[in-house]
Amino acid sequence: MRQIYLDNAATTPLLPEVRDEVIRSLTEDFGNPSSLHRLGLQSERRIKESRNSIAQLMNVPADSVIFTSGGTEANNLAILGTTRARKRYGNHCITTQIEHSSVLNTFAYLESEGWDVSYLPVDNQGLLDLKDLEKAIRKDTVLVSIGHVNSEIGSVQPISRIGQFLKANYPDIIFHSDAVQSFGKIRLRPVDWGIDLLSASGHKVHAPKGIGILYIKKGTPLTTLQWGGGQEMGIRSGTENLTGIVGFGKAAQLIYEFMDREDDTIRKMKMTLAKGISEAVPEAVINGPRPDEGAPHILNISIPGIRGETLLHVLESHGVYISTGSACSSRRTKISHVLEAIGAPIQIAEGAIRLSLSYMSDPEELLLVPDILRKSVDQVKRFTRR
Amino acid sequence: MLPYFNQDFGNPSSIHLYGRQARKAVDKARESTAKVLNAKFDEIFFTGGGTESDNWAIKGIAFANKNKGKHIITSSIEHHAVLYTCEYLEKMGFEVTYLPVDRYGMVDPQEVERAIRSDTILVSIMFANNEIGTIQPIKEIGAIAKSKDVYFHTDAVQAVGSVDIDVEDMNIDLLSLSGHKIYGPKGIGALYIRKGTKIVPLLHGGAQERNRRAGTENIPGIVGLGKAIELAHTNMEKNNKRLIGLRDRLINGIMNRIDHVLLNGHPNLRLPGNVNLSFEYIEGESLLLSLDMKGIAASSGSACTSGSLDPSHVLLAIGLSHEIAHGSLRITLGEDNTEEDVDYVLEVLPPIVQRLREMSPLFVQEKGGCQYV
Repeated sequence: MRQIYLDNAATTPLLPEVRDEVIRSLTEDFGNPSSLHRLGLQSERRIKESRNSIAQLMNVPADSVIFTSGGTEANNLAILGTTRARKRYGNHCITTQIEHSSVLNTFAYLESEGWDVSYLPVDNQGLLDLKDLEKAIRKDTVLVSIGHVNSEIGSVQPISRIGQFLKANYPDIIFHSDAVQSFGKIRLRPVDWGIDLLSASGHKVHAPKGIGILYIKKGTPLTTLQWGGGQEMGIRSGTENLTGIVGFGKAAQLIYEFMDREDDTIRKMKMTLAKGISEAVPEAVINGPRPDEGAPHILNISIPGIRGETLLHVLESHGVYISTGSACSSRRTKISHVLEAIGAPIQIAEGAIRLSLSYMSDPEELLLVPDILRKSVDQVKRFTRR
Repeated sequence: MLPYFNQDFGNPSSIHLYGRQARKAVDKARESTAKVLNAKFDEIFFTGGGTESDNWAIKGIAFANKNKGKHIITSSIEHHAVLYTCEYLEKMGFEVTYLPVDRYGMVDPQEVERAIRSDTILVSIMFANNEIGTIQPIKEIGAIAKSKDVYFHTDAVQAVGSVDIDVEDMNIDLLSLSGHKIYGPKGIGALYIRKGTKIVPLLHGGAQERNRRAGTENIPGIVGLGKAIELAHTNMEKNNKRLIGLRDRLINGIMNRIDHVLLNGHPNLRLPGNVNLSFEYIEGESLLLSLDMKGIAASSGSACTSGSLDPSHVLLAIGLSHEIAHGSLRITLGEDNTEEDVDYVLEVLPPIVQRLREMSPLFVQEKGGCQYV
């Protein structure tokens, strides 16, 4: 049976070129980058090359990119690092209700330490109102953290407008954006957009798991989370995950070429998929933004009356792999906090499934999906009506 | 590791087949790791490396138990991942006692006992030192910590795979380890946390690692670590015997061929592959460069601090002067090294030392030439 992987927002396979580079690096670049001998220097050089490739993708100086163990650490470092560094200036942060758990749970931890956190609402498309942000800002606000692309429904926040607004009116407030889902899919320009900190993760863009980055605008106050040997310009100690770094660099290089072509490959596939589904399964409703408006790779739909988890298992039996929400929370049975925030009724929220694409998705394969979905839905309906 | 890059590449939190396969791989590695430490399966937590494990153990215990007390005991020769974390905690209002070591780099368990106060919440002493290889009396320290009801953490990054570790027998509550020091990949480590230990997470987010360490699991890294630790343990006895033979051949060979050399660390209670020597009248850095040109990759101290000009805090703690500490060389032998490698070092090192000493004004002045080399 054909295996169609449509869970690329959870994680992606390595691009073949990345895999080759990772395997080469695993065996050849085993020197500790901090060592002074040749093997160490070779490893150090590889890190520099990778940092350059990633920086180039966002048009930022190479020394503003710090490697972490992943998106979660990058988000934790951004939020805990700035609040600890700015403790004397205030006690208030602003975020949204639909952030990833690595942002929300970090803020929950800060609240337990006595911080005040405002969680801004979003509309039924998952979009933030700039006026709400403006109203929430206080004298003691030190950090605003707003994710770029939502991992579940693919809504895209206007972070360039938010960043420019903050820089023009509140230059002392630090602005962080979790760009784990947009990095490599949407052109990011943190310097022009007034962003101080931006998180991204390797395994969402065909690089290995266990590697991420935090872009840190020069001069942003940040206390480190991890003390030790002083690697990564003193901001993130620990022997560098060389294989991960090399793999991330290679993936960034390849994605730069994809994005440079500007042919919008992923969105075209998504539009075709959405159209196919609306024809084959007309009862399906889209959660969040319209396919031409949201992120290019995420489509979230519900079939009224059918539970997402049931559909997931039936689809899996036909070789189609999807998700019911963000993978990090899919093991919890409660309904998605994102769908709750956009006001989805509980029956719709319980029925939500997420289909997500990547540069490695095959347009031919995707043409099969609407019929498989139709078949699966009918199977479930027969079963539940009995 | 390779299949986990693009065949079984799933996210272990996903409930479909790809996710389940990844989950299975993580569980298998967890089991191997637990077995080697005589820990339970659900007491092993994977991290981004040894530094993260150390930071998590120390900060996690400190912040979770600050109501009980704010005093921490460690030694003056810990890795910087431990020392700098303790310094940070001092700034946050904690009090830290840095125990001295003897000239072999050994912590005295009785000093640990004397240092424990009613408000002590944690003792953190490394299992084996990364620079001079000295192995600490962990079992004695563990027994003391247990009798005083204080958490005991050990940084075992250098010891795993070289020394027998039994967290039950040694009363260890938390233990840090790292993949790349035992022929596993970089960017992966683990923290053993005894069941029932009160600790807060370092990274917040998804419910991975049973809600204690958020972040999508580094599957190939975890699989690599599991395999590496399994192999290291299986072959430990055989490897150690061979490494100790090579190590002592190298130490004795150098001491016999070159004068004014000191062995740093304990003569017997040291890591099987660790050689650390101080060459009087020589800059360690020049020695390294000369060796590098001969194809020998060594270090002057711990790799993490080799970029700095400060002498090693470990060598200063065992009582060496700045000058002598600067002339130190660490050679760590591993599975790939052979007797020929050792003999090659013994062949090229003496003339290098002689040449460097002849260029040293101090040596020429004090010894009047090269006849002492």
